[in-house]
Amino acid sequence: MAHRVVITGLGVCAPNGVGLEDFTHSLQNGISGIRFQSRLKQLQFSCQIAGEPLIKDHLLQQYFTPLQLRGLNASGLVYGVIAGMDAWKDANLPIAAKDHPDWDSGIIFGTGILGADKFRESIYAIDAGNTRRLGSTSVMQVMASGISAYLGGMLGTGNQVTTNSSACTTGTEGVLMAYERIKAGSSKRMLTGSCSDSGPYIWAGFDSMRILPRNYNENPAAASRPMSATAAGFVPGSGAGALVLESLDSALKRGATIYAEVLGGAVNSGGQRGSGSMTAPNSEAVVRCIKEAVQASGIHASDIDTVNGHLTATSKDALEIFNWSKALVGGGTDFPYINGFKGLFGHCLAAAGSIECVGSVLQIAKGQVFGNLNCEDLHPAIAEEVDPTKIPRKTILHQPKILAKASFGFGDVNACVIFSEFND
Amino acid sequence: MTEAAHYQKLKEIVAIYLPEDVSVDAITQESHFINELNINSANLVDIVLDVEDAFDITLENEDMDQMETVQDALGIIDIKLAKES
Repeated sequence: MAHRVVITGLGVCAPNGVGLEDFTHSLQNGISGIRFQSRLKQLQFSCQIAGEPLIKDHLLQQYFTPLQLRGLNASGLVYGVIAGMDAWKDANLPIAAKDHPDWDSGIIFGTGILGADKFRESIYAIDAGNTRRLGSTSVMQVMASGISAYLGGMLGTGNQVTTNSSACTTGTEGVLMAYERIKAGSSKRMLTGSCSDSGPYIWAGFDSMRILPRNYNENPAAASRPMSATAAGFVPGSGAGALVLESLDSALKRGATIYAEVLGGAVNSGGQRGSGSMTAPNSEAVVRCIKEAVQASGIHASDIDTVNGHLTATSKDALEIFNWSKALVGGGTDFPYINGFKGLFGHCLAAAGSIECVGSVLQIAKGQVFGNLNCEDLHPAIAEEVDPTKIPRKTILHQPKILAKASFGFGDVNACVIFSEFND
Repeated sequence: MTEAAHYQKLKEIVAIYLPEDVSVDAITQESHFINELNINSANLVDIVLDVEDAFDITLENEDMDQMETVQDALGIIDIKLAKES
């Protein structure tokens, strides 16, 4: 028997809000988390702005022991632990007792590259002939699965504990992997999410590809412009998002608060064939992925009343809108409400999918569609395809009944998940 | 520095690596780092690095292998300090 899967916990560490309360407030009120980064200026980046979570020192002590904090130099790990532990706490779930893991709970927590700063520190030591001075934690701070390993130890989870990686689809893919595992009955609860480091060593490659905005260093909050006629490239970001997925049975038994249900979804790849390449999505695959997600969820395309897009603020945004239109029920006023969050905090790379899934689920919980920032000058091709009232510039009251969230990533990979309001 | 001062300094280093359920008072000269103080064996490497920094000495791999108890560590520290002075 397939188990129904619901969301019972959320956690987030985003550039425009650390913790659910601040994050929700920022999404509702269009508060940007994109700031000038003096270090990027010093290093002569063209794009000297980024979205980076602001972590206060005393906050770290709430999540890490003094021993764990020694030599800790992996920002993605810090964000992931904060978001992951918050989600677990938000779900009101216990930490496993000292001698017995919780066999029914697992973790799928993804990342792109972890602990880049720690790795750099190690490389300097190694090249100076000081390998013996690295200490015991350089391995776990730089291994990709370091994040699931840290969370696994903190929570005592005894089910599958792993890390997925699929570029900018990582977080959304993770939600679906967790969903499948619970649906199949292999686990009762999964903490899923993703994280991405901050800093020049993560963002430099994109700057060098010249796909980041160069003319907004004095005006950071206006730089990330999804769906705008003046979109100038994506603003790099970082952070983490986390969700607790749980079988409906388990959630009801514990009397848990249910944010939303995961109805299903799909992942695929365009194979870097047709219009697809290492860096550009194959539209045929995108449309197929969305259609398959609808089908797998047992709904009709017309049931989807809200979409949270990938929408990075590049010239590809209009193409994404056409693909949604084609995969769902066409444009005009038939098109669902659509928004993208990257205008508010940039493109958080491997963390983008999970942070945006948290934001999407918050829309269901709050009965709102959060406003799109920086698209007052809607791209003409988008305005022609979709009725502009479907692209709210300010937060509106609208209870999403069924929401589709998609993420697309380098390597021509796609993921689309369908969330619904919970009805028993 | 006196023997007692060495012991005190070493205790302070070891304390940070103790698991939550082992108190600092549990540390005696005879304590075995792994078997009695329940210190994660991976952290012995970090204790060695901290000892090197605190006493300004260099420990070799063989020294590490012989460092099973607090007393062992104190002995090795004494020998190194004597050699380097």
